[in-house]
Amino acid sequence: MTTNAKFHGALAGALLSLVLLVPPALAQTEIKIGVISTLSGPTSQPGDEMNKGIDLYVKEHTKDLPAGVKVTLIYRDDTGANPDVAKRLAQELVTREHVNFLAGVVWSPNAAAIAPVATEAKIPFIIMNAAGAPITRLSPYIIRTSFTLWLVASPIGQWAAKQGWKKGYSAVSDYAPGYDAEGGFTTAFTKGGGTMVDKVRIPFPTPDYVPYIQKIKDSKPDVAFIFVPAGKDATAVMKAWNDLGLKQAGVTLVTTQDVMLDEELPNMGKVAEGIVSAGTYSNAATRASNQIFINAWQSAYGAGPIPDFMSVQGWDGMHAIFDVIKQTGGKFDGEQAMKILSNWKTDDSPRGPLAIDPATRDVIENVYIRRGEMVNGKLANVEFDTIPNVKDPWKEANPPK
Amino acid sequence: MDAALSAFVSIAFHGVAFAMVLYLVSVGLSVTMGLMGFVNLAHGVFAAAGGYTMSTLMVRYGVPFPIAVIGATLAGAALGVVLERLLYRPLYGADELDQVLMTMGLVFMSMAVAKYFWGPTAQPFYPPAALSGQLDFGFRTFPTYRTFLIVSGAVMVTVLWLGLERTRFGARIRAAVDNRRMAQSVGIDTSTLFTLAFALGSGLAALGGSIGAEILAIDPAYALEHLVYFLIVVAVGGLGTIRGPFFAALLLGVSDTGFKYLLPEFGAFFIYALTLVILLWKPRGLFGHA
Repeated sequence: MTTNAKFHGALAGALLSLVLLVPPALAQTEIKIGVISTLSGPTSQPGDEMNKGIDLYVKEHTKDLPAGVKVTLIYRDDTGANPDVAKRLAQELVTREHVNFLAGVVWSPNAAAIAPVATEAKIPFIIMNAAGAPITRLSPYIIRTSFTLWLVASPIGQWAAKQGWKKGYSAVSDYAPGYDAEGGFTTAFTKGGGTMVDKVRIPFPTPDYVPYIQKIKDSKPDVAFIFVPAGKDATAVMKAWNDLGLKQAGVTLVTTQDVMLDEELPNMGKVAEGIVSAGTYSNAATRASNQIFINAWQSAYGAGPIPDFMSVQGWDGMHAIFDVIKQTGGKFDGEQAMKILSNWKTDDSPRGPLAIDPATRDVIENVYIRRGEMVNGKLANVEFDTIPNVKDPWKEANPPK
Repeated sequence: MDAALSAFVSIAFHGVAFAMVLYLVSVGLSVTMGLMGFVNLAHGVFAAAGGYTMSTLMVRYGVPFPIAVIGATLAGAALGVVLERLLYRPLYGADELDQVLMTMGLVFMSMAVAKYFWGPTAQPFYPPAALSGQLDFGFRTFPTYRTFLIVSGAVMVTVLWLGLERTRFGARIRAAVDNRRMAQSVGIDTSTLFTLAFALGSGLAALGGSIGAEILAIDPAYALEHLVYFLIVVAVGGLGTIRGPFFAALLLGVSDTGFKYLLPEFGAFFIYALTLVILLWKPRGLFGHA
C-alpha cells in the first residue's frame, strides 16, 4: 500500500464513521419562512429594525407552537431598493428552499417584483413594510401588516384642518413615498376646509434645507407638512426650522412617523420638541401590549437598539404567520393560509388593535397624533389623539378597475 | 420689499455658511489631489473619521468641543499617515484608474467599518452652549454656529494661503510635485514631505468634517454621498491652489442656496449646470495653473 492509498483508506473510514454518527431524522414538521430584507449597504437601518422585530417574535413565541412543529427563518439580503435582486432571491427561496411563506421586504419596488413569484408559487407573502399604496393589489397572495403613507398622512391633514388652520404648505422629497405623503395630507387638509399655499417637491440630495424652509417662512402658512427621509435629512429640516425661527413666526410643522423615527430622536435633540406627527406606533406608547413588547425587546437586545414602527410591523407579521401555524397544526396549503391571513386580527399588537381588511388584504389600524416631548429626560413621540381603525384612503378613492 | 430684503440677507448668510463647510472639507482634497496629483476619491473618509472622532469624544467621553475638534484633526492626520504609508505610497505615479479603484475601495471599506462600530444612524452633534442659539447683530439675528463656521472658513483660508504659498514647506511640496527627481537631487526628502503633505490634507478634512457636522451630518455613507460636492469645489476652484476652492465654494454654496430658494423644484440642478459651464470655459478651473 502506498502512502497515498493509505491516506484514502483512512479518509473513507473517517467519512463512514461521520455518516454513522448522524442521528436519524426526527418526525417533525418544519415551517420555512423566507425573509427578504436589507441586511447590508447604506440603507440597511430599517431592515435591521424589522429583522429584530421578526426574530424577537419567534424567540418569544416558539413555545406556543403546536408540538412537533418547528419554524425556520431563512434570511436573504436584497442590499437596498433592487427589484431584480429581490425577485431572484424570492425565486431561489421558493424553488430551492421550498419556503412556506415569503415575508419581510423594506422597499416597495422590491415587493412589486416579488408579487408575481408569490402568485405563481401560490405562497402567502406577508409584507412587513413596503408601503406603496397599490402593492397589495399585485397578487392575491399578499397581506400587509405595515401601513401606507396615505393611511398616515391623511389623519394629520384632517387633524391640521381641525385646528382651524386655513393655509397649508407641503414640502416633500421628490420620490414616490413623498408623492403619497403629499397626496394624503393635501387631500385631507383641503377636504377639511384648508387651502394649500404651495406644494414643493425637493430633489435629492439636499445637505442643507435652509433655502426650502426660508421659502416656507416667506409664504406665511399656518401649517407646513414636511416629508423627507428619516435620519439626517429629517434632522437637517428640524435644525433649519429652528435656525430660521419658524415657530416664532407662527408656523406649525407637522409630519409623519417616518420623519420622527423613535431611534433618531436622540440625534435630533431639542429641535424635535413640540413637533406634531401622525404615526401607527411610538415606542413611548403606554398601552400594556407595548410594555410587554418593550420589555421583551430590552431583555433580548439591551438598552442600545431602540425599536420603531418597522420592528413592530415585523413582530405583527410573524404574529399572523404563527396564528396560521397554530390554527392548522402546521398543515396547510397556500389557499388555506390565505383564508386565515386575510381575516386575521389581533387586539394586542404593540400598536393596539390591528386587522387585515379581507376586501383589500391591507391593514386596518389606529393612527395616533403624537408630539415630541421630553419624558424622563429623553425625547419621545407622546400620543395625545387617536383616529381609530383607519383604512388606506388611497384604495377607497381609487377602487380597482 | 422689507420681507424680500430680509429673505435675501438670510439666503446670502446661510449660503456663505454652507460654502464654508464645503471649503473646509474640500481644501484638504486640494492638497492631496491638487498638489500631490493623486486621484484621491477617499477624501471624505478622513472627513468622516474626524466627525466620528469628535462626536465620540464629546458624546461618550464628555470632552469639551475645542479639544474634541483638535483630537479629531489629529486623528484624521494620523489616519492619513498610516494609510499613506500602507496604501497610497505604492500607487504614486501609477495609472489614474488604479488610484480610482484603490480609493473607491477604501470608501466602501470605511462605510462598512463605520456601520460596524457606530451603527447606521447619523451621529448626534450638539454645538457647545456658547455656539448655539442666535447671535444678535443689531439689525437682525443669525444662528451662532453658522456664524462660527463662516469665521472659521475665513481664518482657515488665510492661514493656509500664507502657509502653503508663502513658506518653504509649500515651495518644497510644489517642487516635489512638479519634478520629483529634481527635487530629490537638490536635497529635498520627498518621501517624508509627501507623508507630511498627506497628513495635512487628511487633517484638514477631519477638521472640516468635525466642525461641519452641524450641516453635513456624519453617517456611514458620508464619504460617498458628499464626494461629488468635494470634487466640484476642487475642480471648479482649480487643482493645486488654496484660494481656488475658497472662491469656488463661495460661488457654489451661495448660488446653490439662492437658486433652491427661488426655484425650489429645479434649483438643485443649478450647481451642476454651473459646474459644466465653468469647466467648459476654464477646463483647469477658475484658479488652475495653465
